[in-house]
Amino acid sequence: MSIDNYRHKLTPYLFLTPAAVLLILFFFYPFFQTLLLSFQSFDSNLYSPVFCGVENYSKLFHSKSFFKVLINTFLYMIVAVPILVIFPIIIAIAINQKIRGISIYRVILYIPAVVSIVVAAIAFKWLYANDGLLNYFIGILGIDKIGWLTDPNVALFSVIALTIWKGLGYYAIIYLATLLTIPDSLYEAADIDGANTLQKHLKITIPYLWPAITLVATMSSISALKVFTEVYVMTKGGPMESTSTIVYYVYKEAFENLNLGLASAGGVILLIIAMIISVLNIKCFEKGGPDVQ
Amino acid sequence: MFNKQKLSAHIFLLFMSFVSLIPFLWLLSTALKSPEENIFAYPPQFIPQTFTLENFSGVWKQVPFLAYIANSFIVAFITVILNLIFSALAAYPLARMNFRGKTIIFYAILATIMVPFQVIMIPVYLLVLKLNLVDSTSTFGGYAGLILPFAVNAFGIFLMRQAFLSIPKELEESALIDGCNVFQIWWKIIIPLCTPALATLAVFTFVGSWGEFLWPSIVLTKQSMYTLPVGINNLQSMFSANWRYIAAGAIISIIPILAFFLSLQKYFIKGQAQGALKD
Repeated sequence: MSIDNYRHKLTPYLFLTPAAVLLILFFFYPFFQTLLLSFQSFDSNLYSPVFCGVENYSKLFHSKSFFKVLINTFLYMIVAVPILVIFPIIIAIAINQKIRGISIYRVILYIPAVVSIVVAAIAFKWLYANDGLLNYFIGILGIDKIGWLTDPNVALFSVIALTIWKGLGYYAIIYLATLLTIPDSLYEAADIDGANTLQKHLKITIPYLWPAITLVATMSSISALKVFTEVYVMTKGGPMESTSTIVYYVYKEAFENLNLGLASAGGVILLIIAMIISVLNIKCFEKGGPDVQ
Repeated sequence: MFNKQKLSAHIFLLFMSFVSLIPFLWLLSTALKSPEENIFAYPPQFIPQTFTLENFSGVWKQVPFLAYIANSFIVAFITVILNLIFSALAAYPLARMNFRGKTIIFYAILATIMVPFQVIMIPVYLLVLKLNLVDSTSTFGGYAGLILPFAVNAFGIFLMRQAFLSIPKELEESALIDGCNVFQIWWKIIIPLCTPALATLAVFTFVGSWGEFLWPSIVLTKQSMYTLPVGINNLQSMFSANWRYIAAGAIISIIPILAFFLSLQKYFIKGQAQGALKD
């Protein structure tokens, strides 16, 4: 006996209709519009664009700014993703200990994830001020003041630091969820075999965590690819475009310079990179993962 | 009871807690300092010489925080309600019925996860303009334009589908024998059993909507319609060099979401365990 014998033919579609209408209107229709817009020029008239072939794409690839943007986004991922994949594992192991006040630690470490990124960006901007707290701390260590957000060689890394700070607790809790499912008996057995702490984590913890590691790798690379608010609030892409990212570039071209065609082409490039990342992560990690015993 | 491993865990976690909180504590310290005190003093003073609340009252008078908070709350609350209803509706046939086109619909929904909102935001903006869903037309239109593009998402549908799959079929069968129709089963049997998943979806959707910045900053034109993140970013241009006011405003804006998180924190930790992962 199943529900299917008792229902009207159209019932499943009725259940799906509200979500389908919204997804068609606000996802599928705009999705195909983006592809279409990326082949159109709005130069002569903003309200009646004309087909222009691959002109927008060739403009993008001949633009120094866009090249800079791609490099910045790539750097963002190279720096942020490994840290956001590995360091939260250590945090997760620490907040999985049976020690006093552990639930308070968990709550505090999660706070950066719930506070709006705008507030966090303002707080960081204040830490990064020329006479700010961070320059004081490095002064104690005998290092000269750094123009955290004003030096073109440093600014991108200062912005990345905010993304990392905001993600650590969030990803640690994802790992913790998996750690909680590992049976204690496995570690006890390893103790009997005389394994040390490092060996236990390498042989038991990491293999168990592998699906979560895959997930965090994918999530953190996609979010590094989508960075916008940090840049908008702290640097507006400057100094000298050193912190401009793909989404910031698309935003600026679309909503400040009204180059909708060029911006849409940038959006399509963003889409292609996002898909490559998803496929790569799934392929590398699922095949390369060590076996869970 | 001295234990080296526990001690090192405490030291590490205390340090990480310090790193997590220091940006906010430093904002708070700045916001509590009086105009006579140098906020760029060297060495920096963590404890203000004289505590004052005048930065808070000053910024509160010039910035319509209550309107920002109300706007953020209205948008987040309705976004949550719509997501709960639409996700739970769409997930039910995907979990429990067989029908033509099920596989295609399933993969179409899955595909939406692969495409970041930033890829489609330009046409979505043109669409809300065309539909008059912007604050320059009407307040209602302004809210609708903020909410509708985020009123349903694939993560919610899959989360609810997962929850429905875990409910034994026998429950539905006995309800069928009692004469319930499909909609009644969904509403009276399935939904009440899935409140933990609904709660998870609700808290994550709420926090996501509450913190959203890119979309509101694109569509909003009137200050009276600003959501909290847009309003807080605007503090920077309102009080360009007055960091006491900016800091006080930022601290005020943290309070609602912090209260929300602290009172519902068990749902956050548990929620991530259920795989309610949203960026």
